[in-house]
Amino acid sequence: MKHPTLLALSAVAAIGLAGADAAPVSYKLPKETASFKPGPDVEVVTQNCTACHSADYVKTQPRGEKFKKDFWQAEVTKMIKVYGAPIEETDVRKIVDYLAAMY
Amino acid sequence: MLNRRELMKCSGMAALVTGLDLSRARALDAVTLPFDNGERPLVKYPQKRPMIGLTSRPPQLETPFSVFNNGPITPNDAFFVRYHLSDIPYNIDPDKFTLEIKGKVEKPLKLSLKDIKKLAPVETVAVNQCSGNSRGFFDPRVAGGQLGNGAMGNARWRGVPLKTILDMAGLRAGARQVTFNGMDRAVLEKTPDFIKALEVDHARDGEVMLAYAMNGKDLPVLNGFPLRLVVPGYYGTYWVKHLNEITVIDNVFDGFWMKSAYRIPDTPCNCVEPGTVPKTTIPINRFRVRSFITNVTDGAKLRLGNTTLKGIAFDGGKGIMEVAVSIDGGKSWTPAKLGKNLGRYSFREWQLPVTLDAGAHDLKVRATNGAGDTQPLDPLWNPAGYLRNVVETVRVTAA
Repeated sequence: MKHPTLLALSAVAAIGLAGADAAPVSYKLPKETASFKPGPDVEVVTQNCTACHSADYVKTQPRGEKFKKDFWQAEVTKMIKVYGAPIEETDVRKIVDYLAAMY
Repeated sequence: MLNRRELMKCSGMAALVTGLDLSRARALDAVTLPFDNGERPLVKYPQKRPMIGLTSRPPQLETPFSVFNNGPITPNDAFFVRYHLSDIPYNIDPDKFTLEIKGKVEKPLKLSLKDIKKLAPVETVAVNQCSGNSRGFFDPRVAGGQLGNGAMGNARWRGVPLKTILDMAGLRAGARQVTFNGMDRAVLEKTPDFIKALEVDHARDGEVMLAYAMNGKDLPVLNGFPLRLVVPGYYGTYWVKHLNEITVIDNVFDGFWMKSAYRIPDTPCNCVEPGTVPKTTIPINRFRVRSFITNVTDGAKLRLGNTTLKGIAFDGGKGIMEVAVSIDGGKSWTPAKLGKNLGRYSFREWQLPVTLDAGAHDLKVRATNGAGDTQPLDPLWNPAGYLRNVVETVRVTAA
């Protein structure tokens, strides 16, 4: 539990020591609520993809026939080749199939 | 001992610190951007008003377009947010922050924020715009952040010229580019760190700035607190946030975010036939000319007769010379009256009284800058979805 008095005291201490015009900032992002749609291998997708980014990266992408298997294969390949995602070879297919079917 | 006034001041700061901790995203509402799959939540983040949520980790927030009708300056709490990598510096003590200048310099430096604030400050009003602003409107659609028109903003930046700092360090012979790295990092070691580069002459032009304040206040955390690069007229990819490392190099930087990402076709229009791949590319650079109607939304029903249209225009730094408006779908154009000139990198407001007959009208706006550059009537296309600057159309009905 956060205690408002304790927080106030720690802020006072920080300002007192530094004597500066700017207080330390502690920023907290709101709780992440985006998640992948339920479907086959969703746990494989969640485990691999959400290590680096939230699920809404996927859900906002263009939809339609041109944005199926080839599109998602290219995205997953980019994650591995460019961003260094350690995705097991056996998982790649599962992820691509899931994304093509669900989004 | 603290006196009462100091105590109150400190409590206020404590409240500020705790105020940055919202334990839950409050689902306020949703908006639908005008393209397929354009449903977005309106989300509330610390230091921000309700914003259009694109992604939550790393956070990417778009400015609701109505903000641009409230004046030429975009408030800090409405300014868009764009990150690439998820390991963002959430706990920052400005008194411990240091900026390092190294590489091909005579005298490597480590400057505190206080050191930087002691240097002669400059102020400039400049637009920051994401390279992929408006990507969601591309046809055919392309992968990437599916943004509406809200990944842009105009602020009064205060800081020191990058030139001042580079002169303090002294460039060594052979210095060719300057690279910029911020405190934000990738989760994985193998992911390329977000580092950008400018040519030495550009870096030393006196306009590129290290900004510590925005519209008279500290930078919001998500806009780069405590220090960010401001590159007037250039797309936001160069405006490195949480900037703490500047390196002068004697070659052309070959990191991923310059060599492979943020590239545009090396053709006269920086475009290619829709759906095709460019043969060669160059790094994205200056803004294209853009203009918007801000006081009338698409699909609006207006009263018959006299009404005043207003909006904004901007470009990459030549300055807006003319804004013309058409109320007949582009058949005829009338110059609008330009608002106050806040500088050639700023939004320029415009307005024009028009008379609308009964029926449907395609309202269009087109700006021209000091170099004679203007906006295309049909959209230009590139595979990354950058540089959108087509003449915008707002469809209304008068009755």
